[in-house]
Amino acid sequence: MKLTLYIWRQKSAGDKGFMELHNVDNVSEDMSFLEMLDVLNEKLLLEGQEQIAFDHDCREGICGACSLIINGTAHGPEKATTTCQLHMRKFKDGDTIYIEPFRSIAFPVIKDLVVDRSAFERIMSAGGFISVSTGNAQDANALPIPKADADLSMDAAQCIGCGACVASCPNGAAMLFVSAKVGQFAYLPQGQAERKERVLNMVRQMDAEGFGSCTNLYECEAVCPKQISVRFISKMNRDYLCSSFLENKK
Amino acid sequence: MKLESKVPTGPLKDSWDKYRFDIKLINPANKRKYKVLVVGTGLAGASAAASLAELGYVVEAFTYNDSSRRAHSIAAQGGINAAKNYTNDGDSIWRLFYDTVKGGDFRSREANVYRLAQVSNNIIDQCVAQGVPFARDYGGLLDNRSFGGAQVSRTFYARGQTGQQLLLGAYSALMRAVGKKQVILHTRKEMMDVVIINGKARGIVTRDLVTGKIESHWGDAVLLATGGYANVFFLSTNAQACNVTASYRAYKKGAAFANPCYTQIHPTCIPVSGDHQSKLTLMSESLRNDGRIWVPKSRDDKRPPNQIPEEDRDYYLERKYPSFGNLSPRDISSRAAKEACDDGRGVSVTGFGVYLDFADAIKRLGQKVIEERYGNLFEMYERIIGEDPYKTPMMIYPASHYTMGGLWVDYNLMSTIPGLHVMGEANFSDHGANRLGASALMQGLADGYFVIPYTLGHYFATEKPEKISMDNEEFKKAEKEAEEKIQKILSINGKRTPTQFHRELGKIMWEYCGMARNETGLKKALELVPQLREEFWKDLTVTGGKESLNITLEKACRVADFLEFAEVLLWDALERDESCGAHFRTEHQYEDGEAKRNDEKFAHVAAWEFTGIGNKPVRNVEPLSFENVQLAVRSYK
Repeated sequence: MKLTLYIWRQKSAGDKGFMELHNVDNVSEDMSFLEMLDVLNEKLLLEGQEQIAFDHDCREGICGACSLIINGTAHGPEKATTTCQLHMRKFKDGDTIYIEPFRSIAFPVIKDLVVDRSAFERIMSAGGFISVSTGNAQDANALPIPKADADLSMDAAQCIGCGACVASCPNGAAMLFVSAKVGQFAYLPQGQAERKERVLNMVRQMDAEGFGSCTNLYECEAVCPKQISVRFISKMNRDYLCSSFLENKK
Repeated sequence: MKLESKVPTGPLKDSWDKYRFDIKLINPANKRKYKVLVVGTGLAGASAAASLAELGYVVEAFTYNDSSRRAHSIAAQGGINAAKNYTNDGDSIWRLFYDTVKGGDFRSREANVYRLAQVSNNIIDQCVAQGVPFARDYGGLLDNRSFGGAQVSRTFYARGQTGQQLLLGAYSALMRAVGKKQVILHTRKEMMDVVIINGKARGIVTRDLVTGKIESHWGDAVLLATGGYANVFFLSTNAQACNVTASYRAYKKGAAFANPCYTQIHPTCIPVSGDHQSKLTLMSESLRNDGRIWVPKSRDDKRPPNQIPEEDRDYYLERKYPSFGNLSPRDISSRAAKEACDDGRGVSVTGFGVYLDFADAIKRLGQKVIEERYGNLFEMYERIIGEDPYKTPMMIYPASHYTMGGLWVDYNLMSTIPGLHVMGEANFSDHGANRLGASALMQGLADGYFVIPYTLGHYFATEKPEKISMDNEEFKKAEKEAEEKIQKILSINGKRTPTQFHRELGKIMWEYCGMARNETGLKKALELVPQLREEFWKDLTVTGGKESLNITLEKACRVADFLEFAEVLLWDALERDESCGAHFRTEHQYEDGEAKRNDEKFAHVAAWEFTGIGNKPVRNVEPLSFENVQLAVRSYK
């Protein structure tokens, strides 16, 4: 098939970017979206041009490195699918595709389609853990966890940290990402000791990074490749509220 | 070169306890005087960096990704083994040890494997304490399942994403240490070289992938946890960026590279669809429990699979190996698929695929049961291939996915360069010639959480690394070499891309050194690879500059090292004139196709020593002695 592509090019963070037109033909429907870009990149290189930079690594939908806004939707048109798992058979001959980076105030562009998602890292180091040092943990079965709780915790833990939630939110909120991590530990007995500090610290760091607030638009849930539910956001809000009141009492 | 394994003397069962008692310790207040550089932050690197920081060492960690959570450990699906015996089915540390040595076809070091089995239980405890949401039963206790190569249920899992959950556990421990300023984490920085001063590893040179800046970092020890080299085959199940550069640079600086020819092929991957293919996707091996593998009997049979009647199908595994059938071991199934395709009977657009058919299982069990068992895999398949595997048989083909070989290490995980330690898939030590399922996660975490925190302290206490200055000329020299290499790559201005060279290399390696190898083919490849390398340095094209993010340059640097490393792998495959585990030499096989070992001549580790680019490296030998298990023909019949 033949496609018309408009791709965001930007030399560096300080540079003003633009949409660049590329016509590609001989696109096979068996290609993944990123393989289509690989083929274009090979062509550009052989013509002596610079290749288009985009983030990617595992190409099996789990590492969370790949991003891209495709025709206005984070990770493209297929539900519950990362860009690397999206295949060209979802498009048809003659289509025009607009490809942009995961834009948000807290995700500055590094180059072309690559953005800096290190804000997520700082939120994680503010509280995305259980404080246990390596060593003499008790026997794993000493602490039974009801299956339903373990399953809920796992539902939250599936987050791959790609940032599609942020990119698709008109407010640039990171609530789904943060609530997934807060939620994973909130459902487990191991996570209880630090539950209050964790939610306060992570939310404060989230605010400090410049992410917006949640206004219940649920765009995040719609694009999440791992189908993380917005119920974790309400869970986090409850936890945050309770923790703030208790903190003020001190 | 002297290869001293430094395995403690005395009974195997007490060796690790005895070792831990005998080692020298560093008092807690003095630990902060030592700085450790950890390169790679996957399972092994992240767990080591966090654990060492908790002990009080100053730690700096490096990853070329934007986050430690992106490392390819994240892609492991199946699970992690541990000898907990929660299921009361006869498991024990001894049994896990024995299964691993046998699975490795008796080419691993007994004491290392025993230690691995011992600490496997601590790993599960540690991960649960960190909040890893393992699967549980209705009583709230941990669930187990069974995996290939074992007759007990000892595999712990978190849905089909065990690697992800374990990595996120180690990553959270690392981020906690980063938050407490115990670890400085450098992201998007790739190691270009290791710096040796007075015979010891004392630093690294990195390239900042965003700014292009080349910089040196000093440490009292350097820990490599930089993964495997399966991407030498171009197409593999590894992530795109996985590369051999860090290991290979260390090798060029004097670290021995052990058993590079032990590369594992996974039988159930989604086949190649064309030249655009960038990677291969692994489908869980569990599919073989219910699927039947076949190809058409006749080469000329081009009918769609559903129109090929029973009598025109060749269920070749069931035919050749009636007792194990579709569940034959990984290597045997892989080679049988290759034979069928080489015979011209392969399916898929490229002719390199075989059918994995669920029609019988759906008829027997109903679609609902199959959906429950494999629903997510069927979905993934449909997304990639565009066919519904409930209606049309799946197509599969083997792919390279793990490398057992790696930098040689002693019992302390130290390479032949003092101070340079190697962990996880990057070292060679525990899996012998073949790794069992659910053992990679176990080894990565064992090295990082429970081995290196002890052995590194012992190194510092005995070696007492002296003070060094950043002005040391070795840093300047390594920086200059890195700069020059980049400059050279940018100035060739040829006509072929790094990917074209990589794909070409992959074709040679897969053809002559893939699933089955023989002397003629290996010798041929040893002619082809140096030729390709020469063309690379004459005809490569790389656009863009060196002072900003340049994905073409990154790729070219990695391919340049693969092109040199490939020769070491080929030499090892050629000189190991036996078959063992994943290394299959067609000259050495039993009638049923099982690998035929030669214990008299090859019950040893081959550790290769660099002698110059294009020169044959020197083959050093560490004999393996088996005092606790008896060498036997590895049979799963």
